[in-house]
Amino acid sequence: MPSLGLLIAIVATILCLTFVAVSAIFFIWLERKVAGRIQDRLGPTRVGGRFGWLQTIADGIKLLVKEDIIPANADHFLFRLGPYIAFCGAFLAFVALPFGNGIVAVNMNVAVFYMLAVMSTEVFGVILAGYGSGSKWSLFGAMREAAQVVSYEVPMAICVIVPIIVAGSMNLVTIGQQQGGCFVNWQMFHDPFSFLAFWTYFTCAVASCKRAPFDLAEAESELVAGFHTEYSGLRWSFFFMAEYGAMFAVSGIAILLFAGGWHTGFLPFDPSVALKGELGSVTVGETNPWVIDFGWLLGNLINVIVFILKGWVLVFVMMWVRWTLPRLRIDQVMMACIKYLLPISCALLLGVSLWQLALASFEWLHYFSWALGGLCFFAVLGVAWKLFTTDQPPPDTGMGALLQQGGPLMAELAKK
Amino acid sequence: MKFPDLHATLFWVLASATALSAISVVLTQNIVRSAVWLLFSLAGTAGIFFLVGADFVAATQLIVYVGGTLVLVIFGVMLTAQGPFISMKTSAAEWAFSVVAGLVFLGVLLVTVTQGKWVGHFAAVSPAESTSAVALGESLLGIADATPPAQLIGTAAPDQPLPRTRMSYLLPFEIVSVHLLVVLIGAAYLARAKRRRGAAA
Repeated sequence: MPSLGLLIAIVATILCLTFVAVSAIFFIWLERKVAGRIQDRLGPTRVGGRFGWLQTIADGIKLLVKEDIIPANADHFLFRLGPYIAFCGAFLAFVALPFGNGIVAVNMNVAVFYMLAVMSTEVFGVILAGYGSGSKWSLFGAMREAAQVVSYEVPMAICVIVPIIVAGSMNLVTIGQQQGGCFVNWQMFHDPFSFLAFWTYFTCAVASCKRAPFDLAEAESELVAGFHTEYSGLRWSFFFMAEYGAMFAVSGIAILLFAGGWHTGFLPFDPSVALKGELGSVTVGETNPWVIDFGWLLGNLINVIVFILKGWVLVFVMMWVRWTLPRLRIDQVMMACIKYLLPISCALLLGVSLWQLALASFEWLHYFSWALGGLCFFAVLGVAWKLFTTDQPPPDTGMGALLQQGGPLMAELAKK
Repeated sequence: MKFPDLHATLFWVLASATALSAISVVLTQNIVRSAVWLLFSLAGTAGIFFLVGADFVAATQLIVYVGGTLVLVIFGVMLTAQGPFISMKTSAAEWAFSVVAGLVFLGVLLVTVTQGKWVGHFAAVSPAESTSAVALGESLLGIADATPPAQLIGTAAPDQPLPRTRMSYLLPFEIVSVHLLVVLIGAAYLARAKRRRGAAA
């Protein structure tokens, strides 16, 4: 029945598109809040109440009504095309990204490979934008971007192979299913090489999303705004949507490959499997009955929420890194990739192959994941304990002091 | 109400888009735009591969050829960076050669197409059930029959030796990769910073 297939395809596409767009709105707000907090200011506070919830919507309206300028020197066709290609590259990756046990638009056998392949086309949009703008700043930004993304794709792909070797599959749903139960089952803790591969992958992923400290393509101190210097209004916002979409997509890959996918790490069962058939069901339709199982729905809802929260944690880490570390120079970016990340990832690949082929027959090595997982668990607990028990001295400088001590301080300053 | 066959419709859309972009590659004078049309043509081919359920080939097509076109675009940008949007001129002799070569290739394709036995339509293949990457890997290693599941991952050795065909693709694959390594080293040698002999460092 082709109409049903078409309907399902349309619904899945709309869901993915909505997720990308809404998460971009959320991420832009979050980024401003995180940046503000890290720089000791407040971030947006006015639009939409105390936390500035509606700031991004206000910005969106501003972008919509802004004049859409195409420079006279531009190659009009390529200038218009660039943002769409960039956005398509990021969006298409979501087609194969499972948000829960089987909650995926297309359950693809080679999902990881597909996602990497599709996301590699995003840089195309950037180059076309840079070239089509007919501006030297854009061109410089685009060429830097090309060099950077093409280089970082190699160690990133090699790091992705490491967990694939452990899992024995490229199907993200299968890989997610294998990591159920306690968090020591996460592939990150399977062996030392996977653990290191997670961090290497994440570094490369940050670079491939052209986020700071690797955001040379839009280094505003030297290139105005890099490849999107000449863009304004809605076209410009497409690049932003692509960037935030790609951030969640690479985080999603990291979560699925290394950090347990949609599993909490504490529940001994998968809620979508355990609750299936427990809460009753409704049958819809006469000729082609659809059974809607409430337990399955609830379980998958939990899974999807867990997965999205985990993805947001990684996106938050990207923001934290961006507002903490200074931007690298272009030669440092390339050196970090070719001299360090590439050899590291090759060594990890060899190491994990050795582990799987030669060392996995030793029974006692299976306790390694418990040791590493436990160590990480206690490290996280320790850091959290330290964070929440240490008495923070009141900030005596900068904006924080003004906010906390407010009136008296101002009065003192006025006296002096 | 009869719905048109979804797969056939998608195939015609993708195929015509691919063909139109391919024609545009030839007809466009601007080198960067031409490379962009090439990108669309190759991506359309990848789309057709996805449609018939060859996910692995499709993703490879994207990562290899789109990456290759990327380099082409960069070269194009670098070549035309002198003056904006320089267009290409094709001489009459070049046209003649390309027409002859194209016609010969078309002939080969027509002969192949007319000699083959064609099934009326292709069945819709769900991506999860399409040819798994494991089967591809096993055939690369020359394992003909993988019904006792080949434990290629991990150490659990299969009880009996797997039946292998005499023709494994591993050796050709390795030879090709060594060739590529040679090319890589050569490129690095040619591109490295030249230091003149005897010059002060």
